[in-house]
Amino acid sequence: MTTTPVTPPTAPVTPSAAPATSAVAAWVGNPWARFLLRRTGRLLVSLAVLVTLAFLMIHLIPGDPVRAALGVTAPPDLVEARREALGLNDPIGVQLADYVRALFAGDLGTSMTSGVSVSETIGQRLPATASLAVAAFVVVMLAAVPLGLAMAVLTRGGRRRGAELGFTSTSAVGAAIPEFLLAVGLVFVFGVTLGWFPVAGRGDAASYVLPVVALALGPALLMARIVRVEALAVMDEDFVRTARAKRLPPLRVHLRHVFPNALTSTLTIGGLLLSGMIVGTVLVENVFAWPGMGMTIVSSILAKDYPVVQGIVLVYGAAVLLVNLVVDVLLALADPRSTIREG
Amino acid sequence: MGRDQWRAALRNPVGAAAAGLLVLLAVLAVVAPILWGDAAEETDPAALSQGSTSEHPLGTDALGRDIMLRVLVATRYSLGLALLATAICVVAGVLLGVLPAVLGRRAGRLVTGTVNLAVAFPGLLLALFFAVIFGVGARGAVLAIGLAGAPSFARLVQTNVAAVSGRDFVAAARLAGVGRFRLVARHLLPNIGEPLVVNATVMAGSALLAFAGLSFLGLGVQPPAYDWGRLLGEGLDRIYINPAAALAPGVAVVVAGLAFTLLGESIAQVVGVRAVRRRRPPVGDQAAAAAAAGSAPETPGDTVLVADDLRVGFPAPRGGWTYPVDGVGLTVRPGETVGIVGESGSGKSLTALAVAQLAPDTADVTAARLEVAGVEPRGRPESEVRELLGTKVAMVFQDPMTSFNPSMRVGTQLAEVTRVHEGQGRRAALARAVDRLRTVRVPAPERRAHQYPHEFSGGMRQRAMVAMGLMSTPELIIADEPTTALDVTVQRQVLRLLKDVQAETGAAVVLISHDIAVVAQLCERVVVMYAGRVVEELPVGQLGAAAHPYTRALLASVPDLATDRERPLATIPGRPPDPADRPEGCAFAPRCAFADDACRVRPGLAAVAPEQRAACWHPRSQPLDLVLDVLSGGRS
Repeated sequence: MTTTPVTPPTAPVTPSAAPATSAVAAWVGNPWARFLLRRTGRLLVSLAVLVTLAFLMIHLIPGDPVRAALGVTAPPDLVEARREALGLNDPIGVQLADYVRALFAGDLGTSMTSGVSVSETIGQRLPATASLAVAAFVVVMLAAVPLGLAMAVLTRGGRRRGAELGFTSTSAVGAAIPEFLLAVGLVFVFGVTLGWFPVAGRGDAASYVLPVVALALGPALLMARIVRVEALAVMDEDFVRTARAKRLPPLRVHLRHVFPNALTSTLTIGGLLLSGMIVGTVLVENVFAWPGMGMTIVSSILAKDYPVVQGIVLVYGAAVLLVNLVVDVLLALADPRSTIREG
Repeated sequence: MGRDQWRAALRNPVGAAAAGLLVLLAVLAVVAPILWGDAAEETDPAALSQGSTSEHPLGTDALGRDIMLRVLVATRYSLGLALLATAICVVAGVLLGVLPAVLGRRAGRLVTGTVNLAVAFPGLLLALFFAVIFGVGARGAVLAIGLAGAPSFARLVQTNVAAVSGRDFVAAARLAGVGRFRLVARHLLPNIGEPLVVNATVMAGSALLAFAGLSFLGLGVQPPAYDWGRLLGEGLDRIYINPAAALAPGVAVVVAGLAFTLLGESIAQVVGVRAVRRRRPPVGDQAAAAAAAGSAPETPGDTVLVADDLRVGFPAPRGGWTYPVDGVGLTVRPGETVGIVGESGSGKSLTALAVAQLAPDTADVTAARLEVAGVEPRGRPESEVRELLGTKVAMVFQDPMTSFNPSMRVGTQLAEVTRVHEGQGRRAALARAVDRLRTVRVPAPERRAHQYPHEFSGGMRQRAMVAMGLMSTPELIIADEPTTALDVTVQRQVLRLLKDVQAETGAAVVLISHDIAVVAQLCERVVVMYAGRVVEELPVGQLGAAAHPYTRALLASVPDLATDRERPLATIPGRPPDPADRPEGCAFAPRCAFADDACRVRPGLAAVAPEQRAACWHPRSQPLDLVLDVLSGGRS
């Protein structure tokens, strides 16, 4: 226990406390700079691995991918010409270098079946997928955080056992149903039987309802469970007793004192859920014939159109890595004490 | 996983239902293809794409094959492929997870790093990646799902291995020269089997769902073979004609997936502990006990705190109720400083929380009379109590490290009090917070107000805590062990601060401490608690004439400059009784040198001298040889 009022070295630097030494020393000594540097380094390594794997994918396929794509009946000289065009006859190191160079130029190759540039295809399909994933994530956060907090408040200290049991079992079952099966159920109830919402295609706001619900329901229930458990743990903390001793209204106690301290795990789980939802769009898009990347990647895998698959895997992977980075930065912002220090 | 735990998991209704379902599915998987395998392949050109009929309860597919039979027959393929994928996942996961323990440090870190990187990606993305490499079809999908699940399983194995590796028996085996592989096979894996089995069960559920997903997308099972996912995909195309064709395989997938997941989770839950139920004690229980309890004297004139026969009960783990606070009477006059002392577990902190209306949710608080700052809080709505007591009663808690909200600036936490209770604006409230921090001698208060609690030292946090109590003008300050976490120098500062504050504001102070020397430094009157009751109360100046053997024992355990260092420090032999298991009569009797048969009956508080009352059948009258200089050193 420190007894002298020293500022810990990791404290956020306030203007008055910043040492007037050289800017470089301050920059190196700043824990935020160190954290961002280290975290960016990790992102770059992950990206490098991702790019390498996407590149290697086409080489790991047993047999000749071009032959597989064009079919057994394709004439050998056509296959050879296509191999040459894709650069598959060059040494693998040269191929990787070419691939990375093209990547930096925004060139993801050309579709083997349609001849359209892959980046153009992705550019057309990405907005549909992104809008679906973002809408679902917003719904998850808006629904799960209040629900989880409310359940924590209602069931704290072993009160309302019935409500607790109902909530935990419903959310466990709900979260265990995969999004594509939920999607089929929703299509049946709200599309086929009631006819309230369109069941296929992307159009006006109504067309978003079923895909977003299918994508968001499971993660929202899971998230609400986590928020509840975390909030219950925080409610037992001494500082919540202090807040009650200050006779603050319950709403203020829960929103200002309980929730911000349950935020760490909420954010961590939120990040995981968002990554999962980005990729979960693949299944949901295929149920609702949603014209996004998920439809494209599946049809491309089936058509053995490898450059398109490569490109889309890269985009999904990069999106996931980006989400992870954002979550880590948010965590560091939300928790003034510790996160920055950890690797 | 012990046999008992399996049994306990099966006794749990959810676990039993899940296990029953799995048995049913296993039987179906064996029997259905034998019984209906051929019938499910039979095409009926007269009944193409039909809805439900008496002949085909769930309708037929595009070739006129019976949907219900196909769903039943598909059980074997769906379960078999899922289990195969799970097996691959577990084997690959365990290999990857154990490798770091077997390989050298550098290679081990490489494996760990790779696993950590792979875990960042969702399983479906990995599965799609592997599905491209291994090709479309059942074989490729099994490999893809198995390998996609491997990183997270490997992470789990690594965590468990790391936890076990630190234990003594592994270290001993290592010292004994046990080889790495043998170490893993004989010492590590058997000790982490339990969590791995649970997670493999849950994993089988998600593998089943993932497989259905891949087959649904057309990347898994290829025709003419079929599993549930494939049937679902085919059925979805005709959902307007025959919804059952899509719903039946979907339900089958959900049910089977849930069965695995819930079985795994209920096994895992068996290890956990159930929460305490919230109950109300029977009324008769209280009434009977109330009759036996001592009560506070009728106090003429005004008071800031009156509690009479205060009792705080908690539901006992094995039924019934325990009363950590069992009939306490307490009176505090305006401007008075009263110390409550007692060993830990005597109920002094809970008494303070209960009078301040801050007892835990599970507690049941009763009292014959309770008045705080002129307010009878019981029977009023919570919001009214908050409003009435908000500015009048301040609490200063022990351990300021945990008593401040770590994610809020100190100034904001102080300002909050007046913003809520006096409706002050942000600026004015913050200005007052800075002023109060200055009052408690926090250096550079403007800067400090903008810092977080973790940037304060322990003593400064405690002073800030006092400052928080001073944001309004309290009539009563309840300080619960305010100096316990601090070293002696800082302890003195905080006590002096409390005394100054008390002198300036005229607020009454209730100081709770296990240390009678601390209480003697600050207070005018001392209340000694033992086993949930008040055993003696007396003015500080009369401590030398303490009558209760327990008070005398507390005093004797205070070391001072005159204490002979050659002799062992005086301690009170024995321990305070557990609230659930108190003796019938005087609770201190088992530890008391003067106890006799009379002590089998509980003594009430009785006057032994002016302003001094003790609950003892054998009050001592011989004066104690106290070094009062040390005891009241802080007073002069």
